[in-house]
Amino acid sequence: MPTVIRSETHPEIQKYEDVNRDVLSILGRPGRAYYLLLALCIAGVGLLAFSFFAQVYLGIGLAGLMNPVMWGVYITTFVFWVGIAHSGTLISAILFLFRARWRQSIYRAAEAMTVFAVMTAGLFPIIHLGRPQLFYWLMPYPNQRELWPNFTSPLVWDVFAISTYLIVSATFFALGLIPDIAAARDATTVPWRKRLYTVLALGWRGSGRQWLHFNRAYLYLAALATPLVISVHSVVSWDFAMSIVPGWHSTIFAPYFVAGAIFSGLAMVITLLIPIRTIFGLEAYFTPRHFDAMSKLVLFTGIIVLYAYLTELFMVWYSGRSYKLEGQYIIAALTGNYWWAGAIMLICNAVVPQLLWSKKIRRNLPALFVITIFINIGMWFERYVIIVASLAREYMPWQWNVYKPGWVEMGILVGSFAWFGMWFLLFLRLLPAVSVAELKEVLPAPRRWGRLRQPSAPRDTGIPQGPGQRRVEDEEEG
Amino acid sequence: MDGGRFLGVFHEVDTAVEAIGNLRQAGLTDLETYSPLPQHDLEHALHRPQSPVRVFTLVGALTGLATGFALPIWTGLDWPLITGGMPMIPIPAYVVPAFELMILFGALATVIGLFINARLGAPDRELAYHPSFSAGSFGVLVAAPEGKGSDARRILEEAGAAEIQAWDEESAHEA
Repeated sequence: MPTVIRSETHPEIQKYEDVNRDVLSILGRPGRAYYLLLALCIAGVGLLAFSFFAQVYLGIGLAGLMNPVMWGVYITTFVFWVGIAHSGTLISAILFLFRARWRQSIYRAAEAMTVFAVMTAGLFPIIHLGRPQLFYWLMPYPNQRELWPNFTSPLVWDVFAISTYLIVSATFFALGLIPDIAAARDATTVPWRKRLYTVLALGWRGSGRQWLHFNRAYLYLAALATPLVISVHSVVSWDFAMSIVPGWHSTIFAPYFVAGAIFSGLAMVITLLIPIRTIFGLEAYFTPRHFDAMSKLVLFTGIIVLYAYLTELFMVWYSGRSYKLEGQYIIAALTGNYWWAGAIMLICNAVVPQLLWSKKIRRNLPALFVITIFINIGMWFERYVIIVASLAREYMPWQWNVYKPGWVEMGILVGSFAWFGMWFLLFLRLLPAVSVAELKEVLPAPRRWGRLRQPSAPRDTGIPQGPGQRRVEDEEEG
Repeated sequence: MDGGRFLGVFHEVDTAVEAIGNLRQAGLTDLETYSPLPQHDLEHALHRPQSPVRVFTLVGALTGLATGFALPIWTGLDWPLITGGMPMIPIPAYVVPAFELMILFGALATVIGLFINARLGAPDRELAYHPSFSAGSFGVLVAAPEGKGSDARRILEEAGAAEIQAWDEESAHEA
């Protein structure tokens, strides 16, 4: 019986060339549904632009922001998208450093998601300004009186963190793409694509010299991106936690936000990969094993989030006297005007993810699709509850107010999904959505004796085997 | 006109590694490989030195760290806004910009290091390439001095090259 070496993660894929064929075929001529979706997204971006210009023209009063709730849907959505952005770098950098062997096929899409999510998040601090044309005041440069921004302000830290994250994650994304763009360059026959990829491939030839430096650069970028991921959402959490607003001033915010970000980001990766897998026929690339591994991470981070909720409740109970101060956020969230938001948050983030304890559900893609959408809705409401419910019950009771979002805020919220979707759709058709080069690392390398199907050949014994490869007795081929 | 450059296209990695070993034994050490993925066997066969990209990363990160502390400290001293009981230079608060700039400068320096060392984006004068190198084939390029050309070709053939391309020394540097 002939012996064939199969990849452990992708047993269906046998040859390097198959990867190029399958992945690069996504770049082919798109169907009508693609254009329909793209048109829908562009219409949504139109809604975003219209709402934003209406707000600029008629004034920020169109938004429902009113003292004391000056941070509403905009900042909620900002934190939501920054959170979404976290899983891409988690998968591409942290799992790379941990040598997780299931990241290769999914990391490109996750990384693209990261870049587009930061691009979406970056819109919101600007949209949220009363005079958005003055956003550059946050940049580190002196004004005409030689006064620089206040570097002790968390809002300035935020500018540093978010812009660094955008630049570094985009760089990481672009760098990983170089060998794959070269593969697209070599395979395409469409003239404009050939020209585009030739420029973008930067003269990549896959020479030993290039790979040597590329691997090193990639490793160091991963090593830099890993602490960056954790720092970015910590800094975002300090936008809140460094203030003295009762519901915000909490030391658990940084780890709580980081766990929540990875939780929601991974859920979003699953939400996006399931339709891509079906539409483009990538079943051999995104296997149930991949979804299983991601779901376990979702479950793990979900438990951390649940633990943070319980800690907040415990603090209320334990502190007793200061119940009115520290406790009012979580109590108001669960019983006050925003009880419904708190209920959505708890059901979606604390209850629904517990289904993932079951292996059957972790490998059931339609179920996962629904669960991850629930998680993302829950995570949006978590930020809503933290931001709005805390501000609405800020300090003195006579100040208290109930916040209702205005139509421009809802238009911009919906439009932000369209903006993200538009970039992601363009990415799918322009750049390889699965890493062609890295996926080959988990496939068995072509060797002469393997190809000739000669298990008794003298080279059979001495060849080192990669850790992700195994031999199977292949009966069909026998 | 025996010398020149020979490019062997291999469908298997073990045959390419064998070709490199045999070429080195024959005294032909001006070698380059091509592969669709980073291939450790090929890398080991070539005995390459450590990549200097790491120095770029280190220098970039340290520069960023220094800048991230120096800028806020300098601006604080340049226009003192003295607040009672508060330090002029609050170091803990400056850790965040310093940390972020360390990452930013380190990452950008890494990319610059890669571009310089791998000669990315530079005008490419090398003729040797085969489109299958980005799909599933491996390449071994050998520069053979005068009198060694036939040896080089023979070694590539014997190791199992599926295709051999050749250039003489003059045409190799045109384009």
